[in-house]
Amino acid sequence: MRVIILAAMLALAATAALAVDPGERLADPSLEARARTLSGELRCLVCQNQSIDDSNADLAHDLRVLIRERLTAGDSDPQVLQFMVRRYGDFILLRPPVQADTYVLWFGPFALFLIGGAGLFYQLRKRRRSVSETELTPEAEQRATALLNDDKDNQE
Amino acid sequence: MRRLIYLLPAVAFVALAAYFFVSLTRDPSVLPSAMINQPTPAFALAGLGDQPGLVRDEFAGQVVLINFFASWCIPCRTEHPLLMNLSRELSVPLYGIDYKDKPEDAARFLGELGDPYRRIGADREGRVGIDFGVYGVPETYVIDKTGRIRLRHVGPLTPADVARELAPLVKALQRS
Repeated sequence: MRVIILAAMLALAATAALAVDPGERLADPSLEARARTLSGELRCLVCQNQSIDDSNADLAHDLRVLIRERLTAGDSDPQVLQFMVRRYGDFILLRPPVQADTYVLWFGPFALFLIGGAGLFYQLRKRRRSVSETELTPEAEQRATALLNDDKDNQE
Repeated sequence: MRRLIYLLPAVAFVALAAYFFVSLTRDPSVLPSAMINQPTPAFALAGLGDQPGLVRDEFAGQVVLINFFASWCIPCRTEHPLLMNLSRELSVPLYGIDYKDKPEDAARFLGELGDPYRRIGADREGRVGIDFGVYGVPETYVIDKTGRIRLRHVGPLTPADVARELAPLVKALQRS
């Protein structure tokens, strides 16, 4: 009984891990590898947070088949991505392209880090200057020396 | 005055929080379309059963509505009564594309609920759908006289959608 349950669980795990049907795969291993990579780059528009490589949605299946068709027809990888973007927009790319309207997305965090860092640097430098500029009066200097020496005597 | 600069992070935080809060109320399933103002993709589809099919080029020179539907699609049933009157209401031809469906199922669906379409193309493989950027049915497109896609509506149409989006656009396009 246990063995049967275990076998069933293993079988289920295997199907969940691989949404690509054996029937979809291409005979040519290098084309198939490119197809898998491209599928991982493309968003499933039905489930949105999965790539079409991971998704079991019907549309994801259709797009996987389409990618393989385009590759077999001799398209390059960028051409396949272009084909998808023309129909579904940049949203289909899981990695947003670096272009004018995504500069804030790509460079915003670095800009914030630089602004914060500059502010912190400026503040720290100002504080250090204000501390080092206070000098001791001669009396205070004497008292400090006396106290320090006193401390030394006690330790000996 | 110089002290105000210390408020800047707080102000930036409030602005971001407000933006995120507003974004929470937006529907993430409605995606921007890459096909707006693009020429309608070419297609030539067979009809359902022995009925005549649908070819892109026959729309030339007129404003038309194209509705992607399927017999297996539940929201399409919600939308259907509205479609029955839509063509007459807006005085614009409504064409149907039966998306990834068996022709006999579609025929049963339309026999049961009525057929609002001037003509229907059967997109059995869903390839025409992919060319349009369809990611779920129902979707409705408005095509202008020059054959460009001017509006895409994702999900079932409601009377409010028709009054707010479709009717004014169709009227404006027909005048132009």
